[in-house]
Amino acid sequence: MQQFIDRLIANGAFAGMPVEVVYALMMLLFGVLVVFGFFLPIAGVTSWLERRVWARMQSRVGPNRVGPQGFLQWLADGIKLLLKEDIVPDAADRPLFLFAPYFVVWGIVATFVVIPFSSSLIIADMNVGILYLTAVTALVVVGVLMAGWASNNKWSLIGGIRSAAQIISYEIPAGLALLPVVLLTGTLSTQGIIEAQGWAPWHWFAFNNPFTFVAAFMFYVAALAEGNRTPFDIPEAESELVAGFCTEYSGFRYLLFFMAEWGNLYVIGAVATLLFFGGWQVPAWTSNIVLLNLSQFVVFFVKSYLWVIISMWVRATLPRVRVDQLMILCWKYLVPIGFVNLIGTAIWMVVWPQGNRIVQYGMVILAAAVLVQFFRRVRFHLRRARPELYYSPAI
Amino acid sequence: MVTNGVGRYFKNIKDAVATIFEGMTVTFSHLVRKPYTIQYPDRVPVRIQDTLPFRYRGILEVDLEICTGCLACERACPIDCIVIDAPKDQKTKEMLLTRFDIDIAKCMYCGLCSEVCPTGSIHHTTEFEGADFSLESMIRRFVKAPVVAYKAKKEGETDPVVAPILERGMRYIQEFAEPADMKKIKAEQKSAAA
Repeated sequence: MQQFIDRLIANGAFAGMPVEVVYALMMLLFGVLVVFGFFLPIAGVTSWLERRVWARMQSRVGPNRVGPQGFLQWLADGIKLLLKEDIVPDAADRPLFLFAPYFVVWGIVATFVVIPFSSSLIIADMNVGILYLTAVTALVVVGVLMAGWASNNKWSLIGGIRSAAQIISYEIPAGLALLPVVLLTGTLSTQGIIEAQGWAPWHWFAFNNPFTFVAAFMFYVAALAEGNRTPFDIPEAESELVAGFCTEYSGFRYLLFFMAEWGNLYVIGAVATLLFFGGWQVPAWTSNIVLLNLSQFVVFFVKSYLWVIISMWVRATLPRVRVDQLMILCWKYLVPIGFVNLIGTAIWMVVWPQGNRIVQYGMVILAAAVLVQFFRRVRFHLRRARPELYYSPAI
Repeated sequence: MVTNGVGRYFKNIKDAVATIFEGMTVTFSHLVRKPYTIQYPDRVPVRIQDTLPFRYRGILEVDLEICTGCLACERACPIDCIVIDAPKDQKTKEMLLTRFDIDIAKCMYCGLCSEVCPTGSIHHTTEFEGADFSLESMIRRFVKAPVVAYKAKKEGETDPVVAPILERGMRYIQEFAEPADMKKIKAEQKSAAA
């Protein structure tokens, strides 16, 4: 994006304006563009899709009344929450209480700076992209803890503290899962990591060697835990903590928390895709730069949204873990496995500096076999239950 | 059986992966199953009212054509939600029905009124959507203009208008008093006693 602006300035598009002002204006413009053009709709549509997917997995229908198949439900919900009163409890720490949701949203939106949607569609290709990503998502902890503390409510406080403990703990396995990829590419830039991969599955880092394959799933699990998603949603466990840190929130501020949660799902998917699943890589099928970028965008979006759908699916499948189980999973399982992955990848790179093509093909075949086995089990369950089948997503 | 620490550690990992995989297949298989939700009221293949049984105790209705004005229902009602005025016509010496009100807001759908009705004039319908904006509108007033009460004829009903209504009413009370399966149960009880 910076090259784009530089070119505009060089062409005299902003004649007479100081360069700093142009940059500031462009930052604002792209910020607004990302938030309102991408983040908001994605979070909204995800919220609707999640409710539909969940419902079908629980033999229900889900919201299907507002717009075609309930597609505009997210708009209706958003407008409803905008019109609601913004209540601040008397005993709350007012400035902190009012400010906390913005931190949570900032933490998520700021990650969009380094997410590459295509080879040229990226706001800033930082040379410390991955580091920036992990650092900026830590803002969420600040927001959550602020919300929990400022609400002056024991449920909120417990929720906030649990969330802080959880996010800080899971930063470590998430970071450890990123490291094998950084080792393989030798760069922290998100574009650099994608360029080191190829369009075919055997070029992806997930199938580079067994250690990165494990790291991919470890990253996904740790990222879900960082995002307070369902198997790990103890900070907002309804049965224990009412709504955790957002108990006292209402109206638009409440909406912001959930927008951040659903937006975060997409960020998780996007990061998993760019690190392990080839990012926007497509075969060079056209020389038209616009078409090429468009196809890259579509490929990237589909790949990352697949992970969003998987997270909905996980949410419909797994029950909530206890606090101690959460910590056991993090410290006794994910962290040691993360170290093994890191060392294993390092040794792998010493033995096969160019990567082992046979292993890569083998792992893709193995993944395909797992997928086949998966559908065989699905067919088994369908045959055993003999349910009335209904394939159409519309109802 | 794995009992030592290291073995259990790896068994835990294996179990976690295997069970999550299995659980995911189960939930995925639900994606293609037909949801059980009945999208009442506007997206149902048949009206719910039409699927309910003949003896369903919905909102009360009175067939004035076959009401004998015996007041049995009024007396049977435990909460007095039925009000009937049945004065005698001074000239013709016939019983007139001048008022037959049922307060649906009070009615508790116990069915005692329809059990005692000799002709099945007062009966439950399968209608259950009774919501309205005022209590006043919940009172069903069946008599618009005074009508002569029904008198049973010895030779049976011949009037082509009244006959089917009476036939339905008799069927209704018969089903109410002694449903088909009840006869079977009684016969079984009798044979068991003998």
